[in-house]
Parts: sequence; C-alpha cells; structure tokens
Amino acid sequence: MASHESTFRPGSRFGKWLDERLPIPRLMHGQFVDFPTPRNLNYLWTVGGILTFFLVSQIVTGIVLAMHYAPTAAGAFDSVEHIRRDVNYGWLIRNLHAVGASMFFFAVYIHIARGLYYGSYKAPREVLWILGVVIFLLMMATAFMGYSLPWGQMSLWGVTVITNLFSSIDSIVPGLGTRIVQWLWGGYSVSGATLNRFFSLHYLLPFVIAGVVGLHIWALHVVGQNNPTGLEIKTASDSVPMAPYAVMKDAFGLSVFMVIFLWFVFFLPDALGHPDNYIEANPLSTPPHIVPEWYFLPFYAILRAIPSKLLGVVAMFSSIILLCFVPWLDTSRVRSSKYRPVYKWFFWLLVISVVALGYLGSKPAEGVYIAWARIFTVYYFLHFLVIMPVVGVLETPAKLPKSITEAVLGKGGGAHAAGAAAAPERR
Amino acid sequence: MQREADLSSSSADGSSRRDFIVVAAQSFAAVGGAMALWPFISQMNPDASATAMASTEVDLAPVKEGQAITVVWRGKPVFIRNRTKDEVKAAAAVKGNELLDDSARNAALPERAPATDVNRTKKGHENWLVLVGICTHLGCIPKGQSMADAKGDFGGWFCPCHGSHYDTSGRIRKGPAPRNLDVPPYEFVSNTKIKIG
Repeated sequence: MASHESTFRPGSRFGKWLDERLPIPRLMHGQFVDFPTPRNLNYLWTVGGILTFFLVSQIVTGIVLAMHYAPTAAGAFDSVEHIRRDVNYGWLIRNLHAVGASMFFFAVYIHIARGLYYGSYKAPREVLWILGVVIFLLMMATAFMGYSLPWGQMSLWGVTVITNLFSSIDSIVPGLGTRIVQWLWGGYSVSGATLNRFFSLHYLLPFVIAGVVGLHIWALHVVGQNNPTGLEIKTASDSVPMAPYAVMKDAFGLSVFMVIFLWFVFFLPDALGHPDNYIEANPLSTPPHIVPEWYFLPFYAILRAIPSKLLGVVAMFSSIILLCFVPWLDTSRVRSSKYRPVYKWFFWLLVISVVALGYLGSKPAEGVYIAWARIFTVYYFLHFLVIMPVVGVLETPAKLPKSITEAVLGKGGGAHAAGAAAAPERR
Repeated sequence: MQREADLSSSSADGSSRRDFIVVAAQSFAAVGGAMALWPFISQMNPDASATAMASTEVDLAPVKEGQAITVVWRGKPVFIRNRTKDEVKAAAAVKGNELLDDSARNAALPERAPATDVNRTKKGHENWLVLVGICTHLGCIPKGQSMADAKGDFGGWFCPCHGSHYDTSGRIRKGPAPRNLDVPPYEFVSNTKIKIG
C-alpha cells in the first residue's frame, strides 16, 4: 500500500521538530489522508466510519451518564429517572446513549452483511475479519451489561435468563454451571452485587473495543480495502487518496445516518426499548413475556428453537463463533457476490433467515413460531457449513472486469481521464 | 568460568542444569501468577453478607389449606403451599414413568432418591410443600402462587417465560425445564414453624 509517496510536509517549525522526534502527524497523514482507497467504493463502505462515530459517541455519552448514575439495586432505577427529569440535558444524553446502542448494532449488521456479500473476509483479510467478529462479541457483552443498568424488570429478568445459560453446564459437570452462575451473580440470585460489577465492566469494555478497533483499522490498512468488484488495487488509477474523496463520502454517509439516529433520539426515544423496563426490578415477579433488545432477537430465537437447554446454548454461541471460520468455509475463487450468480441468491436467503429469526425471537416460544424458528435456524447453519463450501466449488462465476478502473470506466475507456480524476493534484 | 561451565554442562540425556533452572523459574512464575490471580477471581463469589442470610424462619399458622405464600431465602423466592387433600392425592398418584425428571431434588435426600411425593415433603407434614420458586430452565419465577394465576396443565405452577408446567408436587411434567423445582434444606422447628436453610 506504499504506492503513494508521502505528501506530508510539516508546516511549522514545531511541526518539523516533532516530526523528527515522534512523527504522529506523518503517520496520521499517511494513513488517513494519502491512504489509497479503491475508486469504486459505494455507500456501504461509509458504515465503518459511522461505526467509529458511534463508538466515540457511546463512550462520551456514557462517561457523562456515569457522573449521575448510582450503580446500586436501591438507587439505579431512580437515578436513571433522575437523569431523564432533573439533570440538565440528561434526557438528551440518556436518549443519545440508549438509541445510540441500537443504531450501533443496526450499523454493525449492515457492516457484517456488506463484508459477507462482497467477500471481504477472503484472503488476505482473514485476520481483519476475525478481529471484526471479536469486536461484535465485545459489543454484545457490553450492550447486554448496559441494558441491566436501568434496573427495570427487563433488565433484571434479561440478566437472569442470560446468565442462567451457563447453568446448562450442569448437565456436563454437575454443580459446575451453578458455581459459575453464582460467581457471575456474586450471590444466589441476580442482585445489587451483580448490578455493581456489570456497571464496572460496562465502563471497561468500550475501551477494550476501542483497542480492538485500532487493530481492526491497522489490519485494514495493511491489506487495503476490499471494494464492490473484489479486485485488488493494481495500478495508481484504481485508487484515489482517502482525503478528500473517501472522507467526503464518509461524511455524507454519516450525515444521512445521523438524520435517522436523531429522529429516534428526539421523536421516538423509547420505540426501540421495552415498556416493562419502566417498571422497577422485582426479584419476586417475572414479566409474562421476556424479550431481549431487538438486536439480540435472532440469536435468542436460535436458543429457543432447540428443545434441549444445553444444545440451545451451544447453538446460540456457535452461530456467532461460526463467523470466524467463514474465510475458510467459502471455497469460491471470486470474492464479490456481484460476480457470483448462484451464491448471490443464497446470500439473500441468509439475510431473510436472520430477519425472520429476529421476528420469531420477539414472539412467544410456542406452536408455529417454534416450527419456523427451527426451519430458519437450520438454514442459518446450512448456509455456512454446506452452501458456502459447495456452491463455491460448483458455481461458474461471471466474467470479472480486468481492473477496478475498467469496472468504473468501461473497457479501455478514458484511461487518460481516469489518471487525472484519480489524483488530479499529482498526475 | 568454572561456574559457567557447570551451569551449561550437559548430562547424558542432553539436558543441562540451565534447562532445569529455566523450567523451574518459569513454573515458579506461573504458579505465582495463578496465585496472584485467584483473589481477583474469588472476589466475585457470593460474599460473607450474602452467605450470612442463609436461614429464614417462617410461621405457617396463618396459611390455610389451599393457600400459598412466598418467602425470600438467600434472595430467592421460596414457595410454601398448604396443599389440599385432593392435591396431595393427585401428586401421590403419579407414577415414576410419567415424570420427566425422576430425582426428588430434595436437599435432605441423596440425588438418587426417586421423585415420589413423599420424598419431596416431610413425614407427618405431607400437606406442606416447600420449593425454591425458580424455574429450572432459565430462572424465571413460575406462576401459580396466587389464586388467580394460571397453574398450568398439572395444577401446580406454570412458567410463562418458556412454557414449563409443574405438577402439585413441583415436578416438571411438560416444557423445556430439565429438573423438578428444588426442595430447599428446611426443618419443622415446631408444628407450625419451619426454618429454611
């Protein structure tokens, strides 16, 4: 990726002095200004920037909320109401944080789907992809613990049900699962001790995520970005410098996303939550219908689709861990599904399955809902374990363009113009 | 120089004193690391104040036949039901092969004890059923304590979360729960008073 020579020129005497001692501005300039990005990136490639925005936004709003929040069983519920009613702009910051979590997941699902569609996990991007799965798991843990903090009925019973998943280990080693669950709880039931430690970890994990995001971006900048053709950058005309081209596109994508985000923040702040969470946690009464936050519903549906407690837990966790193996399960020689006439359809079937599982996860676990959840769960696993390897071998891919430039400008068309547009300031 | 030669001198199998020192030092550091880690793991276990709440006394005199109360023991709900004669009879009539879990799950009895109604109650107090009121599936509180509740297909308790049905002896009869409701350790301290824990 070092095809572009650095255009970094320190402007001031201090800049020159620092450049010889700690060249951070040079590093940032090389990675975020000169960095060559494929010239054909579409708006799906702006989601990475959107996700970075949400990580920062969640950390900033979260730090502020922690200044007003009381992580005790007696005080938590009231302190959240106190934030919403009494704290200056508390209503805004709390809404930004709660809705921000939903938007963060919405964006990460688009990001994952884009990676799956365009084969962004294929060599040499395996480590980049696996780091992404790690970030996704950390996000789920963080969001799960964050949802416990308002200490409403859904908080308490969501934590009870999910931590009890570990008690399924009792059916392998009797007693071990219960020990683990009591260790997680710090008691014999979900209590203030549990809330307190979840608060501590909920504050810690975003910084761990930030660290892994740093590695994710590092890995991205070593191998370079994938793009809708799935072809690598071969010549200078295949790429444009990140600034201003990709930066402006990212900024516009983020602005559009912000409209949706802020619409929810100002007009529908509770639409993505559950009304039962405005009832204070009561350890002696379970709400009639427990559901997790919407972004966990597909995995919750997989858990409930399997009649055995232990196997349900195993299926739920493996549905995510499975993603780590996708780089090796996909046997196709072609990266992008754009040129994969057969696999393309299976990709959309997978999307439909996940959305359907999300819907079924919000319904009671009985009758026809369970039957459909089983069908889509089977498809989910079938897709990765059978369809990906088999279709990759059997399918005849469509003809690929020779280069990214050809994909954009057509055969031989405007080779000269391409060079000029790609880096007008230097060619 | 003599010492240096000693340290690296090889024995017949090719290993030297230096190899031994390296392995010993690494093992020492590993064991020390694990020991230093342990307090940080153990601090998350239930603390002394949580284990101190370990026993609760309950007066049963006000609970009339057919009524049920819920008390808190170790932060968990405990169901106490004064069962009617019909309920006891129905529970006793169930045969072992009709049960999904044939273990009494009674803290006072060994794991092997079959889940007969007698094994889940105290001798001479067969009308009293004392259970930890937590569904053995994923920890919800089953319905069935108050008169108006749905009691499930077997007249005992019904867990609304994932649809587990328990009978009048608190045994799982239908649904995803793997075990019968647990009978906590308890004893009758007088005819109308029990001590749980």
